[in-house]
Amino acid sequence: MLIAVLSGFLIAFVLLVFGRLLKDKLPLVVSVLPTGLFLYFLSFLPGVVGGEAYYFSTPWIPSLGVNLDFRLDGLSLLFSLLITGIGALIFFYSDAYLKRHRYINRFYSFLCLFMGSMLGLVLSDNALLLFVFWELTAISSFFLIGFNNQSQASRRSSLLAWAITGGGGFFLMAGLILLGSITGSFSIQEMSASSGLIKEHSLYALILFTIFLGAFSKSAQFPFHFWLPGAMKAPTPVSAYLHSATMVKAGIYLIARFTPVLGDHVFWNNTLIVVGGFTMLYCAFHAIFRLDLKGILAYSTISALGMLMFLLGLGTESAYLAAMVFIGVHAFYKAGLFLTTGTIDLSTGTRDIRYLSGLRRIMLPLAVAGTLAALSSAGIPLTFGFVGKELIYEATWHHEWGMWGLTFLAVVSNILLSYSGYLAGIKPFIGPPPDISLEVEKPGTGLWMAPLILGAGGVIVGVSPAFANGLSEAAVAAIVEIQSPVSLSLWHGFNEVFIASMLTVVIGVVLFMIVKPSEIRLSTISRVDFLSPHQLFNHTAAFFKRTARTYTSFMHNGFLRSYITKIVFFSVCLLAYYMARNVQVLALPNNLTSVSVYEACIFIVMLSSILIILFSNSRLLAVIAMSMVGFCICLFFVYYGAPDLAMTQFSIDTLTTVLFVMVLLKLPPYLKMKDRSAQIRDGLLAASFGLLVSLIALQVLAEPTSKEVSRFYAENAYLLAKGKNVVNVILVDFRGYDTLVEITVLTIAAIGVYSMLKINSSEVE
Amino acid sequence: MNVFLLKSAAKYLLPLLLLFSIFILLRGHYVPGGGFVGGLIASIAFVVYLLAHGLDKTKILLKYPPFFYIPVGLGIALISGLVPMFLGEPFLTVLWFEDPFPVVGSVGTALFFDIGVYLVVIGVTLTILFTISENV
Repeated sequence: MLIAVLSGFLIAFVLLVFGRLLKDKLPLVVSVLPTGLFLYFLSFLPGVVGGEAYYFSTPWIPSLGVNLDFRLDGLSLLFSLLITGIGALIFFYSDAYLKRHRYINRFYSFLCLFMGSMLGLVLSDNALLLFVFWELTAISSFFLIGFNNQSQASRRSSLLAWAITGGGGFFLMAGLILLGSITGSFSIQEMSASSGLIKEHSLYALILFTIFLGAFSKSAQFPFHFWLPGAMKAPTPVSAYLHSATMVKAGIYLIARFTPVLGDHVFWNNTLIVVGGFTMLYCAFHAIFRLDLKGILAYSTISALGMLMFLLGLGTESAYLAAMVFIGVHAFYKAGLFLTTGTIDLSTGTRDIRYLSGLRRIMLPLAVAGTLAALSSAGIPLTFGFVGKELIYEATWHHEWGMWGLTFLAVVSNILLSYSGYLAGIKPFIGPPPDISLEVEKPGTGLWMAPLILGAGGVIVGVSPAFANGLSEAAVAAIVEIQSPVSLSLWHGFNEVFIASMLTVVIGVVLFMIVKPSEIRLSTISRVDFLSPHQLFNHTAAFFKRTARTYTSFMHNGFLRSYITKIVFFSVCLLAYYMARNVQVLALPNNLTSVSVYEACIFIVMLSSILIILFSNSRLLAVIAMSMVGFCICLFFVYYGAPDLAMTQFSIDTLTTVLFVMVLLKLPPYLKMKDRSAQIRDGLLAASFGLLVSLIALQVLAEPTSKEVSRFYAENAYLLAKGKNVVNVILVDFRGYDTLVEITVLTIAAIGVYSMLKINSSEVE
Repeated sequence: MNVFLLKSAAKYLLPLLLLFSIFILLRGHYVPGGGFVGGLIASIAFVVYLLAHGLDKTKILLKYPPFFYIPVGLGIALISGLVPMFLGEPFLTVLWFEDPFPVVGSVGTALFFDIGVYLVVIGVTLTILFTISENV
């Protein structure tokens, strides 16, 4: 199991480094991975259906309670099969779609990385491990969405997706840590065991808030939904993968997984119903106004995700069953529709629904695939979608909130969804032949095989839904104690649910016949765009950008003098504040020695050097005077018995002066301060800093000092380290580690200087 | 800078300063000195030569580019820290030879660590100075 999860990461790395060696064979070779994993997970199916759960554990960081715990139950298996099964089709399809793309190895590497993270996410039994994989999906999807990194829109939308889902991830982490600290364990199984304790806890509402933020941002629920339409900038196979079976379903998975831990509480259920219900209606409504095929699919995806949240919120056994079945239904038809769209886009060069028609004459297999997917999405009888739709109405009709309201909500959303399904899956293929200006190419087998398999799969399961019995029952059993065994069937009898289902189909078809997509309606809806959360997000981002720019141009303007002024000013403020509050100044210590002639001489030399620096007109003179000050400090060191310091100071001063002289000729003309106010400002700052440092020095003398550390070194230098020079013994022995790191830092500094200057000079050439 | 006095002085100063820097390096464990100061003094020796004879001649004198000395020094310091690990002691434990050597005195891994520091300091200082004097 560990190998199965980590294989994606391993292969991703291998592909990135050695992928080019495989050349054109690469996609087919890599496709072995998801196919093999699919078969591997399929081998667990009989056991899981039999009610077993497989548990695999490898210690990782036992001291923190983080272990590589993987648990395969019905829910995990459902997702694993979707991830690897649809993944395999996507891998094959991408071969045809990205034929001979320059960075095909990178693409497959990201795809493997993403698949591995998704598998880890749905299999983790450890909350922190789950979070790690959660973040990994965000990171790998960032690469996938921004794969066309030449286009600015693509980069922008991948950043947006990452910002939203990554931001949600922060909250999720907080929530999981809270959960872990309440239950004392990060194992999700053990958390469910203490579910009652959590729901009684005063932090329950906060935990819900954080977990919901994580799940809603990932699953693109209102008001975080806007990253998903943006993510359509990705290559179409990526959109198909991310938005049908994987990335966005992660939030659904999280909610389903934590239902036994946090669920069955009025806060939990009502939030999910309200947010999910609103998202489902809002985005289903939005979807029908789009003209871009992928735009339609994006909004209908969000709407379907809303429906899943809504179903999970209903909290009944039949609702969970409906959700689990609908996850499968949606994965099948949405992946099929996306891949169909991708092929259309590739062979006609447009995704605008207004210009696409009559393509069945050129690409019949694709037309069949698209139609099958659209029919399943609309819930026409004999498709898998019909089974799913019946279950949804079943769940809403028998809910305690009353039959009419919820069912009405579901029916309206489903009508709109079926309309957008027709638009995406059928509209391009019927009607008059396409405009001659569209140069339509006949797509190859690889471009219609995958969507056709998906469409056919939807029908096969639809005709004999008993195939899905075992898995959906096991998946529901992972969420809730199961009361009655699941038996999916085509015919539920003639009842209210059937009427609702037929109503959906009929109104959907009528809508499709009457309403034609047009630009006017798109512009109508974009008029209220300024109210949308996306705009709010953009304004916030623009505000941060502006603030950052102002801050940077003030704080980091590139003038050394301005940096020094700010640093000194800040230190003066901090130190003065501290001294004023905590230190009794002005108590001059009485153990000061009197000033000797030597000291007075050195002092006078220093003072006159400083005056020369301040008033000289020549830079050379100022530099020499500056080094005079340094040498005088050396003398002080010598005088007070610090020969090591003196030697170092002396050498450094020499080298600095040489360096200064070397660059002297290249510096801009010597600046003579004319501005009186600037002079006063700098003078005041320097004076206050000097005063403060003197006060601190005096204060240090007055404070009783602890000489324990220096005494230890002095006593042990020879005993432990056989050295008599304490300073050097500290450097090479007692604190040898520090020194090692210091010389490493020196090296980095040298590399920095070297590379910066070399790059600069090569640019000039 | 075509100054005869400086040129002749540099010729004699270079070996003297280098010798002095090694002297400082070796005595470090007992009296003021050590790898850091020694390295700085050795750099000064080359800088004096650089000022008198120019960059090209100094480079020839050094044989290898100055940044070559950095990894060598880092490596020596690291190995001196790793050696005790083979004998089961923690990283960077100082080991000593039993008998003192003539002239140098007692020799331990600390000395090699210091030699590493010495070389890194020479490498870093000269890399920075050479690069800057080349590019201005």
